[in-house]
Amino acid sequence: MNPVYLTRSKKVAARLLGEEMMIMSPRDATLFNLNEVGSVIWNAADGQTPLDEIVARLCDEFDVTPEMARQDAEAFVQELAGHGILQVSDRPAESV
Amino acid sequence: MTITIGAMSIQLRTDSPEFAAMLKDRYGSFIHPASNGAAFQLDIDLIPLRAVAEDDDEDISVRLESGRWIIQRGDFRAECDPATGRGTVRQSANPYSIDGVLRILHSLLLAREGGFLVHAASAIRNGRAFLFAGVSGAGKTTLSRLAPPDVAVLTDEISYVRRATEPRPTEPRPTEPRPSGSGYLAFGTPFAGELARIGENLRAPLAAVYLLAQGPENRIEPVAPAEAVRALLRNILFFAHDEELVQLVFRAAFDFVSQVSVQRLVFTPDARAWELIV
Repeated sequence: MNPVYLTRSKKVAARLLGEEMMIMSPRDATLFNLNEVGSVIWNAADGQTPLDEIVARLCDEFDVTPEMARQDAEAFVQELAGHGILQVSDRPAESV
Repeated sequence: MTITIGAMSIQLRTDSPEFAAMLKDRYGSFIHPASNGAAFQLDIDLIPLRAVAEDDDEDISVRLESGRWIIQRGDFRAECDPATGRGTVRQSANPYSIDGVLRILHSLLLAREGGFLVHAASAIRNGRAFLFAGVSGAGKTTLSRLAPPDVAVLTDEISYVRRATEPRPTEPRPTEPRPSGSGYLAFGTPFAGELARIGENLRAPLAAVYLLAQGPENRIEPVAPAEAVRALLRNILFFAHDEELVQLVFRAAFDFVSQVSVQRLVFTPDARAWELIV
């Protein structure tokens, strides 16, 4: 399977409040509160880290099986990508 | 004529004396004869009357086209150019359509400066303003109806919040000499809910926000900051799904919650709830 890279949209409105990351879709103003797993994925979505590596981090941090971690991560990514919050690519983002 | 809400003046121009009289009747103390210093000027192009539904904001569309805001609802179409401060409204001679235009235009203008319109009742007591936020049925009108005589009701439906700045000549008289406290002001609005009465044209420094919840007894509960932001964002009037505006409103909600006390007011619908608001 080809590697998958995630990049946070530059237009997204995001703020950390206490331990909760809150994100608003720039496209439709939907508000998301990220849980701990979501925050790890969000913080790792730098356009350079392959999704496989992010899933491995989730396994280390949250004591979940690789299958569960991947399933969770893919569902999360799909949801946020659908709102224009994350961009998904099969190659690393060009560094700015 | 000019309608000044939240110290923001919008001049309305119409050829119809009947419609002008209707507006005077509708907006009462929010009307000013002079037009100097208006933030916006709207020419109203009246079309034949047709049935309109009040407060039907579900089908509103606001979009930015070549730098102009195109605001549409079933009963009106407005085009506003923020660069020139000019716009036109096409509607029939009824007060509900212009009310919708004004609410949207104010919310767009306020977003740039960190202010907002929010689904909340508000009132002044002892020179300080309090907001009571909640969706329809949360108790905004009920609480407004129960307000004791020393309370000035600013609105039972849509509150107007701005950052405190130096007063301008067109502003209504302040209820105390200097804005203080949270760094925000609440203003009276003519946007009424079931109370069917325009708010008092006053303003005061905002002291606190209460999220309304009806319950078996009157009490105030703490609210976590994240919940406060969520509740505020749910209640802020927000029409345009424009990327820049989303960012502005999001930022405004966080800034507001970091400076203003937000708590939950659980209340049973009787006048004693007001004993907690001091």
